[in-house]
Amino acid sequence: MSKQGQAGTLESNDIHIIVKEGVPGSGISIDLTSTVLLPYGDAIRTSITDVCNSFQVKDIEVTAMDKGALDCTIRARMQTALRRCGLIQEV
Amino acid sequence: MRRSLLFLPGNNPGNVQSGGLFGADAVVLDLEDAVAPAEKDAARDLVAAALQTVDYGMCEKFVRINSLDHNGARDIRVIVPCGPDVILLPKIESPAEVVEQVKLIKAAERPGQKPVVVMAVMETPIGVVRAYDIAISDPRVTAISLGAEDYTATMGLTRTKEGQEIFVPRATIANIASAAGVDCIDTPFTDVNDPEGLLADTLLAKSLGYQGKVAINPRQIDTIHQAYAPTETEIRWAQRVVEAVEEGKRKGSGVVAVGGKMIDPPVVARASRTIDMAIALHLVEGA
Repeated sequence: MSKQGQAGTLESNDIHIIVKEGVPGSGISIDLTSTVLLPYGDAIRTSITDVCNSFQVKDIEVTAMDKGALDCTIRARMQTALRRCGLIQEV
Repeated sequence: MRRSLLFLPGNNPGNVQSGGLFGADAVVLDLEDAVAPAEKDAARDLVAAALQTVDYGMCEKFVRINSLDHNGARDIRVIVPCGPDVILLPKIESPAEVVEQVKLIKAAERPGQKPVVVMAVMETPIGVVRAYDIAISDPRVTAISLGAEDYTATMGLTRTKEGQEIFVPRATIANIASAAGVDCIDTPFTDVNDPEGLLADTLLAKSLGYQGKVAINPRQIDTIHQAYAPTETEIRWAQRVVEAVEEGKRKGSGVVAVGGKMIDPPVVARASRTIDMAIALHLVEGA
């Protein structure tokens, strides 16, 4: 069974992220819902992908429910979710 | 100025990102009591990210970490390189605890980073007893404070709005801070729906020598600032003192009086502080 981790909430200004380890070679897939999907969907996906890349996470399924989170919140929640999934180590 | 230190829960993005908008002199991003144990890691990540990207304007940036026996060292390793101004050390009971944490802070700083200073909070009777040694334990101690809720819980006392039960440790901490040459910040007034009570409590702290007070809600900031703002009467008195001293110097007179009262150096110092505060608050124009 693949590992899973989640972080964040469904409160305003936050984003709830669930990450699931993907099979090797599957790449980064992002299922995003957002209150600001039209203007900021691409930016949110980019932030999520950036965090994966910065930790050399190549194969992962991301489910994200955004409630208007700022970029720093998206990146922080993603990092927490990856760590809880066991894909990155504690400092 | 550290008139108001606004505490914000470190795992609440809405609070963390808007901390600089409320007009407090400092924000305290809290990783300790305001964060559920299961969310400590998330709060640490969020505060670290916010420190690097959120514009807190003129606010001094404090982070309250957890004690060392609750992953405080990890807080330091993650938070310090992100550039906080002050790390708030909770539940300090001995100088050694400060020395150990300052050592960890220095080790975590990036090359060339502005040195991160600390504020030690005494929350138990033994912490208060050792407060002077704690305050002078390291040059990086910039302020001390009393944590009244834990203090009274340890003593088995009931907290009241009037605060008689904490008068002695409160006055002790103020005296020690002055002796050690550090700031003292007063414990919060926890009823956010009682501005009159907050004003009275802040005026009491000010009269004891506190430079500022913790706010637990943005609504408390204006009241705290109101308490710390010099009144028109105080400003006029301070201006008369300074003018009289200048006049005395011109005349070569060693003794100066205002309103029939002799003005000696401590009075001049107090008048100067009042004018400095009035200038900083734009209540009068600077020289």
